[in-house]
Amino acid sequence: MRLTDPIKISYKNILAAKFRSFLTVLGIIIGVASVIIVMAIGASAQALILDQVKGIGSNLVGILPGASDEKGPPAQILGVVVTTLKYGDLQALLQKKNVPNVTAGSGYVTGSATVKNADNNFSTSFQGVSSDFPNVEKTTLTEGSRFFTKEEETNLARVAVLGANRAADLFPNENPIGKSISLKGQNFIVIGVMEKKGASGFSNPDDLILVPLFTGQKLLIGINYLNFIRVKVDDENNIDRAVADIKATLREQHHITDPANDDFSVRSTEQALSLLTNITDVLKYFLASIAAISLVVGGVGIMNIMLIAVNQRIREIGLRKAVGARNIHVVTQFLMESVAITLLGGIVGIIFGILIAFLASLIINRLGTAWQFIITWQSIVLATSVTIAIGLVFGMYPARKASKVSPMEALRYE
Amino acid sequence: MPIIRVENLCKTYENEGVATQAVCSVSFAVEKGEFLAIMGPSGSGKSTLMQMLGFLDRPTEGEYFFNGKDTKVFSDDELAQIRNKEVGFVFQSFNLLPRTSVFENVELPLLYDDKMEKRKENEKKVLTALGSVMMEHRVSYLSNQLSGGEKQRVAIARALVNNPEVIFADEPTGNLDSKSGTQVMKILQQLNDKGHTIILVTHETFTAEHAKRILHMKDGNIVSDEPVANRRFAADGELLK
Repeated sequence: MRLTDPIKISYKNILAAKFRSFLTVLGIIIGVASVIIVMAIGASAQALILDQVKGIGSNLVGILPGASDEKGPPAQILGVVVTTLKYGDLQALLQKKNVPNVTAGSGYVTGSATVKNADNNFSTSFQGVSSDFPNVEKTTLTEGSRFFTKEEETNLARVAVLGANRAADLFPNENPIGKSISLKGQNFIVIGVMEKKGASGFSNPDDLILVPLFTGQKLLIGINYLNFIRVKVDDENNIDRAVADIKATLREQHHITDPANDDFSVRSTEQALSLLTNITDVLKYFLASIAAISLVVGGVGIMNIMLIAVNQRIREIGLRKAVGARNIHVVTQFLMESVAITLLGGIVGIIFGILIAFLASLIINRLGTAWQFIITWQSIVLATSVTIAIGLVFGMYPARKASKVSPMEALRYE
Repeated sequence: MPIIRVENLCKTYENEGVATQAVCSVSFAVEKGEFLAIMGPSGSGKSTLMQMLGFLDRPTEGEYFFNGKDTKVFSDDELAQIRNKEVGFVFQSFNLLPRTSVFENVELPLLYDDKMEKRKENEKKVLTALGSVMMEHRVSYLSNQLSGGEKQRVAIARALVNNPEVIFADEPTGNLDSKSGTQVMKILQQLNDKGHTIILVTHETFTAEHAKRILHMKDGNIVSDEPVANRRFAADGELLK
């Protein structure tokens, strides 16, 4: 028997029952489309998050309070409040004799409060940052001529720089520079508005209000520690050396002799990227595997229809055996049919999946997020191979059942 | 050497613990080129016997020698190969594949032939087989576009396409009008004249008398085995019966 013969027979049989074939493949179409959509959206979300981290700069090093494994998340990310990072640490890190490759650095404290002006009232997040903040993060001001000064960083100055959205919310039709806002009941003068950056994962810097570090730390939150320090290294190639210097400096600051007792975590952007890639990969494949459950349901549908087909075509099976078809010929024919049906569903599902993912990217872009449309070749290969596997696995039982039919009984079947 | 020799052939069906003997202790031989009719009323076991002789079913007891070889040792695949190359079947209800062309129906046994011939060779064989039943003008028709008589002629062409030694015909005129029945019997007699061994199963004496020898069955046993004294020859225009 030529390989093309069972393909021709399968093609004819699928066409002979078009509506039934369509209903059969519907489950596979939905399953494959869901996998493609989930993988595409996952890949796009991953790219968005990673791009934004990369956008901050690849020569940045972050210091978080609390110890962590090399690859695991720092304790603070898990919601534990750690108070070991102090302003003195930041100052020590900025001294050339300690970490020669650091060119700028900022401490960060984060809180939330209600912000008011004459007409508006919003619940908002604020960040206390150092005067070096614009040098550390790639930030420029669209309004106002200056950021916080070195003096303002520590003298509890009541000045604020607004994120682009906050500025638009609070001062819809006017220039906010020199205007007053109230944060936790204290009046602040707006000295700048940051350029629009877009949402990054779950946070959006455009919704933030920045205040000087000490103002945020002591006046608004009432703490004496830092949530985070970020420093800029002169060159990407010096990151490893800078990380070693930072660790040594902080150990000295914290009187730690054994690195196992470190009460801080130092992460370069590179490490953060690899950590984020790991986390988003896990999420992506987890969601794809949930979507793949529908493929299994589709496979059960295929098995059901193929079993019905075996019964409906029992005389045909009998006839084929009577004219010389062996068991392997019958198995091959039925398997080819189930694989052809699932593959057809797979191809249609891939096309639908790509279309829906594309539509989703259009809509998300319209909503203001820089969303890329990404279809990975892995998702196409995965979907195609899974559908073929489903055709084989769920087609095997009906095919074997068909091959075991006695030609005489099959020909007698009414 | 006879092409078919059976000794004490039996077939017993088991259904929910109840055993029914359809054929019991049947012994006879068929020589090459014979035209044998197996006759008997419904339930006499004639179709069961034909199915065993045609390798569609295995006997539960007894010996069956085909071309001198004991068929007991043949595997399912070997039996499939014999069905493909050495025997052909014509059924009462034609058993053509629906919505499939006459050409593809006749080509069917060639698809399962181990020797994969070129398409051109297959086409030649199909057209020769259709020519011998005078159906070459319907080659591209779908099976459901044919009359009963035409369907049966296509079924005969399918049985012939691999040029088998033996053709089994199970009530081939049963679903046909008398004119078409005559045509079918004429074709079977012509095939027999060309050297094919024909084994015909029928319950009609008139049809059986077109054979050279009649084997009467009753209740699973052979009750008589005689040559036909006044053999009938199907002629054009004659009505069957």
